[in-house]
Amino acid sequence: MIHDYGDQALLLDVGDTADVMAWCDALRGAQLPGVVELVPAARTVLLVLSGPQHQGPIRARLDGFRVQRADAPSAEPGTVVTVDVVYDGEDLDEVARLTGLSPEQVVEAHTSAPMRVGFGGFAPGFAYLVGGDERLHVPRRAEPRTRVPAGSVGLAGEFSGVYPRESPGGWQLIGHTDAVLWDVDRDPPALLVPGNWVQFRAVP
Amino acid sequence: MTTLEILATGPLALVEDLGRPGLAHLGVTRSGAADRRSHTLANRLVANPADRATVEITFGGFSARVRDGDVTVAVTGADANPSVDGVPFGTNGIRHVRDGQVLTLSMPRSGVRSYLAVRGGVDAEPVLGSRSHDVLSAIGPRPLRPGDLLAIGEHAQDFPELDQAPVAPVAAGDLDLTVVPGPRDDWFTDPEALVRTDWVASDRSDRVGTRLTGQPLTPRDPERQLPSEGAVRGSVQVPPNGLPVILGPDHPVTGGYPVIGVVVDRDVDRIAQVRPGQRVRLHWSHPRA
Repeated sequence: MIHDYGDQALLLDVGDTADVMAWCDALRGAQLPGVVELVPAARTVLLVLSGPQHQGPIRARLDGFRVQRADAPSAEPGTVVTVDVVYDGEDLDEVARLTGLSPEQVVEAHTSAPMRVGFGGFAPGFAYLVGGDERLHVPRRAEPRTRVPAGSVGLAGEFSGVYPRESPGGWQLIGHTDAVLWDVDRDPPALLVPGNWVQFRAVP
Repeated sequence: MTTLEILATGPLALVEDLGRPGLAHLGVTRSGAADRRSHTLANRLVANPADRATVEITFGGFSARVRDGDVTVAVTGADANPSVDGVPFGTNGIRHVRDGQVLTLSMPRSGVRSYLAVRGGVDAEPVLGSRSHDVLSAIGPRPLRPGDLLAIGEHAQDFPELDQAPVAPVAAGDLDLTVVPGPRDDWFTDPEALVRTDWVASDRSDRVGTRLTGQPLTPRDPERQLPSEGAVRGSVQVPPNGLPVILGPDHPVTGGYPVIGVVVDRDVDRIAQVRPGQRVRLHWSHPRA
Protein backbone atom coordinates (compact mmCIF):
# COMPACT_ATOMS: atom_id res chain seq x y z
CA MET A 1 0.00 0.00 0.00
CA ILE A 2 1.49 3.36 -1.03
CA HIS A 3 0.21 6.62 0.47
CA ASP A 4 0.93 10.11 -0.80
CA TYR A 5 2.64 11.80 2.12
CA GLY A 6 2.29 15.53 1.53
CA ASP A 7 3.44 16.58 -1.92
CA GLN A 8 7.02 15.38 -1.79
CA ALA A 9 7.10 12.09 0.05
CA LEU A 10 5.54 8.63 -0.21
CA LEU A 11 4.70 6.29 2.67
CA LEU A 12 4.97 2.61 1.96
CA ASP A 13 2.86 0.40 4.27
CA VAL A 14 4.26 -3.14 4.44
CA GLY A 15 3.62 -6.21 6.63
CA ASP A 16 6.25 -6.21 9.35
CA THR A 17 9.74 -4.99 10.22
CA ALA A 18 11.42 -7.78 8.22
CA ASP A 19 9.53 -6.52 5.15
CA VAL A 20 10.60 -2.97 5.99
CA MET A 21 14.25 -4.05 5.99
CA ALA A 22 13.87 -5.96 2.75
CA TRP A 23 12.25 -2.95 1.11
CA CYS A 24 14.99 -0.64 2.38
CA ASP A 25 17.70 -2.93 1.02
CA ALA A 26 15.95 -3.02 -2.35
CA LEU A 27 15.34 0.74 -2.43
CA ARG A 28 18.93 1.56 -1.42
CA GLY A 29 20.19 -0.76 -4.14
CA ALA A 30 17.93 0.83 -6.75
CA GLN A 31 19.22 4.38 -6.02
CA LEU A 32 16.06 5.97 -7.36
CA PRO A 33 16.63 9.50 -8.66
CA GLY A 34 14.85 12.16 -6.60
CA VAL A 35 14.83 10.15 -3.34
CA VAL A 36 16.65 12.20 -0.68
CA GLU A 37 15.93 10.10 2.35
CA LEU A 38 14.62 6.66 3.31
CA VAL A 39 13.04 6.47 6.76
CA PRO A 40 12.40 2.88 7.83
CA ALA A 41 10.07 2.34 10.78
CA ALA A 42 8.13 -0.55 12.35
CA ARG A 43 5.70 -1.22 9.47
CA THR A 44 6.47 1.54 6.99
CA VAL A 45 9.16 3.07 4.82
CA LEU A 46 8.95 6.80 4.16
CA LEU A 47 10.57 8.00 0.94
CA VAL A 48 11.39 11.70 1.13
CA LEU A 49 11.71 13.20 -2.35
CA SER A 50 13.55 16.27 -3.62
CA GLY A 51 10.44 17.76 -5.21
CA PRO A 52 6.75 17.22 -6.00
CA GLN A 53 7.58 16.24 -9.61
CA HIS A 54 9.07 12.92 -8.38
CA GLN A 55 5.96 11.70 -6.55
CA GLY A 56 4.16 10.21 -9.57
CA PRO A 57 7.18 8.57 -11.27
CA ILE A 58 8.55 7.05 -8.03
CA ARG A 59 5.12 5.69 -7.14
CA ALA A 60 4.99 4.02 -10.57
CA ARG A 61 8.49 2.54 -10.05
CA LEU A 62 7.50 1.12 -6.63
CA ASP A 63 4.59 -0.78 -8.16
CA GLY A 64 7.12 -2.89 -10.08
CA PHE A 65 9.35 -3.74 -7.09
CA ARG A 66 9.90 -7.29 -5.80
CA VAL A 67 11.79 -7.72 -2.52
CA GLN A 68 13.66 -10.56 -0.84
CA ARG A 69 13.64 -10.97 2.95
CA ALA A 70 16.94 -11.72 4.73
CA ASP A 71 16.64 -14.15 7.62
CA ALA A 72 20.30 -14.61 8.66
CA PRO A 73 23.46 -12.46 8.83
CA SER A 74 25.47 -12.40 5.62
CA ALA A 75 29.07 -13.67 5.71
CA GLU A 76 30.37 -10.12 5.20
CA PRO A 77 32.72 -9.11 8.01
CA GLY A 78 31.60 -6.24 10.21
CA THR A 79 27.91 -6.94 9.87
CA VAL A 80 27.67 -8.54 13.34
CA VAL A 81 28.34 -6.19 16.26
CA THR A 82 28.91 -7.80 19.66
CA VAL A 83 27.57 -5.80 22.60
CA ASP A 84 28.64 -6.80 26.13
CA VAL A 85 25.85 -6.40 28.67
CA VAL A 86 25.70 -6.59 32.44
CA TYR A 87 22.21 -8.01 33.00
CA ASP A 88 21.31 -6.11 36.18
CA GLY A 89 18.40 -3.99 34.88
CA GLU A 90 15.77 -2.67 37.29
CA ASP A 91 13.00 -4.42 35.33
CA LEU A 92 14.70 -7.81 34.92
CA ASP A 93 12.49 -9.42 37.58
CA GLU A 94 9.38 -7.80 36.10
CA VAL A 95 10.29 -9.12 32.64
CA ALA A 96 10.81 -12.58 34.17
CA ARG A 97 7.36 -12.34 35.78
CA LEU A 98 5.69 -11.14 32.54
CA THR A 99 7.29 -13.88 30.44
CA GLY A 100 7.06 -16.73 32.95
CA LEU A 101 10.83 -17.24 32.66
CA SER A 102 13.49 -17.06 35.35
CA PRO A 103 15.86 -14.05 35.16
CA GLU A 104 18.59 -16.47 34.00
CA GLN A 105 16.34 -17.70 31.18
CA VAL A 106 15.60 -14.10 30.16
CA VAL A 107 19.33 -13.48 29.81
CA GLU A 108 19.77 -16.71 27.89
CA ALA A 109 16.92 -15.82 25.53
CA HIS A 110 18.39 -12.36 24.95
CA THR A 111 21.87 -13.67 24.13
CA SER A 112 21.04 -16.91 22.29
CA ALA A 113 20.98 -15.52 18.72
CA PRO A 114 21.81 -12.31 16.86
CA MET A 115 19.13 -9.68 16.30
CA ARG A 116 18.94 -7.29 13.38
CA VAL A 117 18.84 -3.50 13.40
CA GLY A 118 15.43 -2.68 11.93
CA PHE A 119 15.31 1.08 12.10
CA GLY A 120 16.22 4.10 14.21
CA GLY A 121 14.34 7.24 15.13
CA PHE A 122 13.76 7.79 18.84
CA ALA A 123 17.08 9.64 19.20
CA PRO A 124 20.36 9.77 17.25
CA GLY A 125 21.97 6.33 17.49
CA PHE A 126 18.93 4.54 18.90
CA ALA A 127 18.32 1.26 17.06
CA TYR A 128 15.14 -0.81 17.16
CA LEU A 129 16.39 -4.43 17.13
CA VAL A 130 14.16 -7.17 15.76
CA GLY A 131 14.20 -10.93 15.35
CA GLY A 132 14.90 -11.71 18.99
CA ASP A 133 13.37 -14.56 21.00
CA GLU A 134 9.59 -14.13 20.81
CA ARG A 135 9.17 -15.10 24.47
CA LEU A 136 10.70 -11.73 25.34
CA HIS A 137 7.88 -9.65 23.83
CA VAL A 138 6.73 -7.51 26.76
CA PRO A 139 4.69 -4.30 26.96
CA ARG A 140 6.28 -0.95 27.77
CA ARG A 141 6.21 0.16 31.37
CA ALA A 142 2.88 1.72 32.36
CA GLU A 143 4.80 4.64 33.87
CA PRO A 144 7.71 5.78 31.67
CA ARG A 145 10.86 6.80 33.56
CA THR A 146 11.81 10.46 33.34
CA ARG A 147 15.47 9.50 33.34
CA VAL A 148 17.00 6.40 31.77
CA PRO A 149 20.83 6.28 31.88
CA ALA A 150 22.91 6.02 28.69
CA GLY A 151 23.77 2.42 27.83
CA SER A 152 20.58 0.97 29.34
CA VAL A 153 19.43 -2.16 27.49
CA GLY A 154 15.66 -2.48 27.25
CA LEU A 155 12.71 -4.36 25.79
CA ALA A 156 9.39 -3.07 24.44
CA GLY A 157 6.90 -4.98 22.34
CA GLU A 158 8.76 -6.94 19.68
CA PHE A 159 11.91 -4.78 20.02
CA SER A 160 15.18 -4.67 21.94
CA GLY A 161 17.18 -1.46 22.17
CA VAL A 162 20.03 0.39 23.86
CA TYR A 163 19.63 4.02 25.01
CA PRO A 164 22.43 6.06 23.33
CA ARG A 165 22.29 8.80 25.95
CA GLU A 166 20.35 9.71 29.06
CA SER A 167 16.74 10.42 28.18
CA PRO A 168 13.20 9.76 29.35
CA GLY A 169 11.98 6.30 28.37
CA GLY A 170 9.31 3.65 28.86
CA TRP A 171 11.18 0.46 27.95
CA GLN A 172 11.67 -2.41 30.40
CA LEU A 173 15.32 -2.25 31.44
CA ILE A 174 17.13 -5.57 31.69
CA GLY A 175 20.79 -4.48 31.76
CA HIS A 176 23.43 -1.96 30.77
CA THR A 177 26.44 -1.74 28.46
CA ASP A 178 29.56 0.41 28.31
CA ALA A 179 29.44 0.39 24.49
CA VAL A 180 29.28 3.91 22.99
CA LEU A 181 26.17 3.90 20.82
CA TRP A 182 26.56 7.43 19.44
CA ASP A 183 29.63 9.57 18.81
CA VAL A 184 29.45 12.40 16.27
CA ASP A 185 33.23 12.23 15.80
CA ARG A 186 33.08 8.60 14.64
CA ASP A 187 32.19 7.48 11.10
CA PRO A 188 29.47 6.34 11.11
CA PRO A 189 28.50 8.04 14.37
CA ALA A 190 25.98 5.29 15.22
CA LEU A 191 27.36 1.94 16.43
CA LEU A 192 24.24 0.18 15.18
CA VAL A 193 22.95 1.05 11.71
CA PRO A 194 20.07 -0.55 9.82
CA GLY A 195 21.17 -3.85 8.32
CA ASN A 196 23.70 -4.61 11.10
CA TRP A 197 23.21 -7.68 13.25
CA VAL A 198 23.77 -7.48 16.99
CA GLN A 199 24.91 -10.24 19.29
CA PHE A 200 24.40 -9.47 22.98
CA ARG A 201 26.87 -11.19 25.32
CA ALA A 202 26.41 -11.46 29.08
CA VAL A 203 29.36 -10.22 31.13
CA PRO A 204 29.69 -10.06 34.91
CA MET B 1 40.22 37.11 10.64
CA THR B 2 36.96 39.03 10.51
CA THR B 3 34.49 38.07 13.21
CA LEU B 4 31.14 39.03 14.66
CA GLU B 5 31.32 39.56 18.39
CA ILE B 6 27.91 38.64 19.76
CA LEU B 7 26.68 41.29 22.21
CA ALA B 8 23.05 40.13 22.66
CA THR B 9 21.09 37.16 21.28
CA GLY B 10 17.43 37.79 22.15
CA PRO B 11 15.42 34.66 23.08
CA LEU B 12 17.25 32.38 20.63
CA ALA B 13 19.90 32.92 17.96
CA LEU B 14 21.11 29.84 16.07
CA VAL B 15 23.51 29.12 13.27
CA GLU B 16 21.56 27.35 10.51
CA ASP B 17 22.14 26.20 6.96
CA LEU B 18 20.00 23.86 4.85
CA GLY B 19 20.49 20.97 7.29
CA ARG B 20 21.85 17.44 7.10
CA PRO B 21 19.68 15.35 4.76
CA GLY B 22 20.17 11.61 4.33
CA LEU B 23 20.89 10.64 7.96
CA ALA B 24 17.38 9.65 9.06
CA HIS B 25 18.45 5.99 9.27
CA LEU B 26 20.83 7.04 12.06
CA GLY B 27 18.01 8.83 13.88
CA VAL B 28 19.27 12.26 12.80
CA THR B 29 16.66 14.67 11.47
CA ARG B 30 17.42 17.14 8.69
CA SER B 31 17.12 20.34 10.77
CA GLY B 32 18.25 23.55 9.01
CA ALA B 33 16.73 27.03 8.69
CA ALA B 34 13.07 27.05 9.77
CA ASP B 35 12.20 29.53 7.01
CA ARG B 36 14.36 28.17 4.19
CA ARG B 37 13.12 30.74 1.69
CA SER B 38 14.25 33.70 3.81
CA HIS B 39 17.54 32.00 4.66
CA THR B 40 18.22 31.34 0.97
CA LEU B 41 17.30 34.90 -0.02
CA ALA B 42 19.68 36.33 2.60
CA ASN B 43 22.52 34.22 1.17
CA ARG B 44 21.64 35.25 -2.36
CA LEU B 45 21.60 38.96 -1.51
CA VAL B 46 25.22 38.80 -0.32
CA ALA B 47 26.16 36.45 -3.23
CA ASN B 48 26.91 33.48 -0.96
CA PRO B 49 26.78 29.92 -2.29
CA ALA B 50 23.56 28.19 -1.21
CA ASP B 51 25.33 26.00 1.37
CA ARG B 52 26.54 28.87 3.60
CA ALA B 53 25.16 29.27 7.12
CA THR B 54 23.19 32.28 8.37
CA VAL B 55 22.10 33.31 11.86
CA GLU B 56 18.44 32.52 12.60
CA ILE B 57 17.25 35.13 15.09
CA THR B 58 14.00 34.46 16.94
CA PHE B 59 12.04 37.55 18.06
CA GLY B 60 14.94 40.00 17.52
CA GLY B 61 16.90 41.32 20.48
CA PHE B 62 20.17 40.60 18.67
CA SER B 63 23.26 42.73 18.37
CA ALA B 64 26.82 42.08 17.25
CA ARG B 65 29.97 44.13 16.70
CA VAL B 66 32.04 43.64 13.54
CA ARG B 67 35.69 43.09 14.40
CA ASP B 68 38.94 42.96 12.40
CA GLY B 69 37.50 43.81 9.00
CA ASP B 70 34.49 45.10 7.10
CA VAL B 71 31.55 42.90 6.12
CA THR B 72 28.54 42.94 3.82
CA VAL B 73 25.30 41.73 5.40
CA ALA B 74 21.65 41.17 4.56
CA VAL B 75 18.70 40.57 6.89
CA THR B 76 15.57 38.78 5.66
CA GLY B 77 12.45 37.14 7.13
CA ALA B 78 10.57 38.86 9.96
CA ASP B 79 11.19 42.64 9.77
CA ALA B 80 13.28 43.31 12.88
CA ASN B 81 14.19 46.86 11.84
CA PRO B 82 17.88 46.07 11.34
CA SER B 83 20.27 48.94 11.94
CA VAL B 84 23.98 49.75 12.01
CA ASP B 85 25.09 52.06 14.82
CA GLY B 86 21.43 53.04 15.19
CA VAL B 87 20.81 53.81 11.49
CA PRO B 88 18.14 51.49 10.01
CA PHE B 89 18.89 49.92 6.62
CA GLY B 90 15.78 47.85 5.88
CA THR B 91 14.96 44.16 5.59
CA ASN B 92 15.69 42.28 2.33
CA GLY B 93 18.54 44.58 1.34
CA ILE B 94 22.34 44.57 1.63
CA ARG B 95 24.43 46.81 3.86
CA HIS B 96 28.15 47.35 4.21
CA VAL B 97 29.24 47.34 7.86
CA ARG B 98 32.66 48.68 8.86
CA ASP B 99 35.07 47.37 11.46
CA GLY B 100 33.82 48.30 14.94
CA GLN B 101 30.24 49.11 13.95
CA VAL B 102 27.33 47.43 15.77
CA LEU B 103 24.53 45.64 13.94
CA THR B 104 21.21 45.44 15.82
CA LEU B 105 17.88 43.64 15.24
CA SER B 106 14.81 44.61 17.29
CA MET B 107 11.61 42.73 18.11
CA PRO B 108 9.76 42.27 14.80
CA ARG B 109 6.22 43.69 14.47
CA SER B 110 5.08 40.57 12.64
CA GLY B 111 6.62 37.17 12.03
CA VAL B 112 9.06 35.37 14.30
CA ARG B 113 12.40 34.60 12.63
CA SER B 114 14.90 36.88 10.89
CA TYR B 115 17.96 35.68 8.98
CA LEU B 116 21.30 37.45 9.06
CA ALA B 117 23.60 36.52 6.20
CA VAL B 118 27.20 37.74 6.06
CA ARG B 119 29.10 37.69 2.79
CA GLY B 120 31.37 34.64 3.18
CA GLY B 121 28.97 32.86 5.52
CA VAL B 122 29.11 32.12 9.23
CA ASP B 123 31.96 29.68 9.71
CA ALA B 124 31.05 27.51 12.71
CA GLU B 125 32.37 23.94 13.00
CA PRO B 126 30.15 21.64 10.88
CA VAL B 127 28.75 18.51 12.57
CA LEU B 128 27.79 15.59 10.30
CA GLY B 129 28.16 17.82 7.27
CA SER B 130 26.04 20.75 8.44
CA ARG B 131 26.29 23.94 10.48
CA SER B 132 22.68 23.68 11.67
CA HIS B 133 21.78 23.50 15.34
CA ASP B 134 19.13 20.85 15.99
CA VAL B 135 17.31 21.79 19.21
CA LEU B 136 15.87 18.30 19.78
CA SER B 137 19.10 16.31 19.49
CA ALA B 138 21.48 19.17 20.44
CA ILE B 139 23.61 18.42 17.37
CA GLY B 140 25.51 21.20 15.58
CA PRO B 141 26.87 24.61 16.66
CA ARG B 142 25.38 25.45 20.07
CA PRO B 143 22.99 28.41 20.47
CA LEU B 144 24.82 31.74 20.40
CA ARG B 145 25.68 33.50 23.65
CA PRO B 146 26.89 37.03 24.36
CA GLY B 147 30.68 37.08 24.06
CA ASP B 148 30.85 34.47 21.28
CA LEU B 149 33.09 35.31 18.35
CA LEU B 150 31.61 34.08 15.07
CA ALA B 151 34.17 33.64 12.30
CA ILE B 152 33.22 34.82 8.82
CA GLY B 153 34.18 32.47 5.97
CA GLU B 154 36.02 33.18 2.74
CA HIS B 155 33.61 34.71 0.28
CA ALA B 156 33.06 33.55 -3.28
CA GLN B 157 34.13 35.54 -6.36
CA ASP B 158 30.51 36.35 -7.16
CA PHE B 159 29.30 39.85 -6.46
CA PRO B 160 25.88 40.83 -5.16
CA GLU B 161 23.52 41.48 -8.04
CA LEU B 162 20.85 43.51 -6.32
CA ASP B 163 20.66 45.90 -3.37
CA GLN B 164 17.09 45.18 -2.44
CA ALA B 165 14.88 42.14 -3.09
CA PRO B 166 11.20 42.76 -3.87
CA VAL B 167 9.73 40.48 -1.19
CA ALA B 168 6.35 40.82 0.50
CA PRO B 169 6.68 41.38 4.25
CA VAL B 170 5.83 38.50 6.59
CA ALA B 171 2.06 38.77 7.09
CA ALA B 172 0.52 39.35 10.51
CA GLY B 173 -2.99 38.13 9.59
CA ASP B 174 -4.50 34.66 9.48
CA LEU B 175 -2.28 31.94 8.05
CA ASP B 176 -3.84 29.67 5.43
CA LEU B 177 -2.03 26.39 4.73
CA THR B 178 -2.71 23.69 2.16
CA VAL B 179 -2.65 20.14 3.51
CA VAL B 180 -2.57 16.83 1.60
CA PRO B 181 -4.99 14.45 3.41
CA GLY B 182 -3.62 11.33 5.16
CA PRO B 183 -2.00 8.97 5.55
CA ARG B 184 -3.93 8.44 8.83
CA ASP B 185 -6.99 10.70 8.35
CA ASP B 186 -9.22 7.62 8.75
CA TRP B 187 -8.08 7.31 12.39
CA PHE B 188 -10.42 10.19 13.33
CA THR B 189 -14.20 10.22 13.67
CA ASP B 190 -14.47 13.53 11.83
CA PRO B 191 -11.30 14.33 9.86
CA GLU B 192 -13.08 17.29 8.22
CA ALA B 193 -12.95 19.07 11.59
CA LEU B 194 -9.30 19.75 10.76
CA VAL B 195 -10.27 22.11 7.93
CA ARG B 196 -13.41 23.53 9.61
CA THR B 197 -11.70 24.66 12.81
CA ASP B 198 -10.09 28.08 13.31
CA TRP B 199 -6.90 26.96 15.03
CA VAL B 200 -4.72 29.25 17.11
CA ALA B 201 -0.93 28.86 17.30
CA SER B 202 0.15 28.09 20.85
CA ASP B 203 3.02 29.77 22.69
CA ARG B 204 4.39 26.26 23.30
CA SER B 205 5.67 26.13 19.72
CA ASP B 206 9.32 25.75 18.74
CA ARG B 207 11.52 24.30 16.00
CA VAL B 208 10.28 20.80 16.86
CA GLY B 209 6.65 21.63 16.22
CA THR B 210 3.98 24.33 16.03
CA ARG B 211 1.19 23.42 18.42
CA LEU B 212 -2.37 24.40 17.57
CA THR B 213 -5.20 24.96 20.01
CA GLY B 214 -8.93 24.69 19.31
CA GLN B 215 -11.64 22.04 19.53
CA PRO B 216 -9.75 18.73 19.90
CA LEU B 217 -10.05 16.07 17.18
CA THR B 218 -11.53 12.74 18.28
CA PRO B 219 -9.74 9.47 17.54
CA ARG B 220 -11.97 6.68 16.22
CA ASP B 221 -10.41 4.22 18.67
CA PRO B 222 -8.59 5.83 21.62
CA GLU B 223 -6.98 2.47 22.55
CA ARG B 224 -5.41 1.90 19.14
CA GLN B 225 -1.68 2.60 18.99
CA LEU B 226 0.23 3.45 15.84
CA PRO B 227 3.61 1.76 15.38
CA SER B 228 6.14 4.61 14.91
CA GLU B 229 6.45 5.82 11.34
CA GLY B 230 8.62 8.31 9.47
CA ALA B 231 7.62 11.97 9.52
CA VAL B 232 8.57 15.15 7.63
CA ARG B 233 8.58 18.86 8.31
CA GLY B 234 4.93 19.80 7.78
CA SER B 235 3.40 16.54 9.08
CA VAL B 236 0.24 17.35 11.06
CA GLN B 237 0.49 14.91 13.93
CA VAL B 238 -2.37 14.43 16.38
CA PRO B 239 -1.37 13.21 19.88
CA PRO B 240 -3.94 11.70 22.27
CA ASN B 241 -5.10 15.16 23.46
CA GLY B 242 -6.55 15.75 19.97
CA LEU B 243 -4.66 19.00 19.36
CA PRO B 244 -2.64 19.02 16.12
CA VAL B 245 1.11 19.67 16.06
CA ILE B 246 2.68 20.73 12.76
CA LEU B 247 6.18 19.28 12.82
CA GLY B 248 9.09 21.69 12.30
CA PRO B 249 12.68 21.32 11.06
CA ASP B 250 13.92 19.57 14.24
CA HIS B 251 11.08 17.00 14.41
CA PRO B 252 11.90 13.45 15.57
CA VAL B 253 12.72 11.22 12.59
CA THR B 254 9.82 8.92 13.45
CA GLY B 255 6.65 9.57 15.43
CA GLY B 256 4.11 7.37 17.14
CA TYR B 257 1.00 9.55 16.67
CA PRO B 258 -1.23 9.43 13.61
CA VAL B 259 -0.58 12.05 10.91
CA ILE B 260 -3.93 13.35 9.64
CA GLY B 261 -2.40 15.34 6.79
CA VAL B 262 0.84 16.92 5.57
CA VAL B 263 1.35 20.60 4.70
CA VAL B 264 2.50 21.06 1.08
CA ASP B 265 6.15 21.99 0.77
CA ARG B 266 5.60 25.49 -0.65
CA ASP B 267 3.66 26.46 2.53
CA VAL B 268 6.08 24.93 5.05
CA ASP B 269 8.34 28.00 5.38
CA ARG B 270 5.39 30.19 6.35
CA ILE B 271 4.77 28.08 9.46
CA ALA B 272 8.16 29.25 10.76
CA GLN B 273 6.80 32.81 10.92
CA VAL B 274 3.50 32.18 12.75
CA ARG B 275 3.30 33.90 16.13
CA PRO B 276 1.60 32.60 19.26
CA GLY B 277 -2.04 33.72 19.16
CA GLN B 278 -2.13 33.97 15.37
CA ARG B 279 -5.01 32.15 13.64
CA VAL B 280 -4.16 29.16 11.44
CA ARG B 281 -6.61 27.68 8.91
CA LEU B 282 -5.94 24.43 7.09
CA HIS B 283 -7.37 23.50 3.68
CA TRP B 284 -7.26 20.13 1.92
CA SER B 285 -5.25 20.15 -1.31
CA HIS B 286 -7.97 17.90 -2.76
CA PRO B 287 -11.09 16.22 -1.32
CA ARG B 288 -10.35 13.20 0.88
CA ALA B 289 -10.71 9.85 -0.89
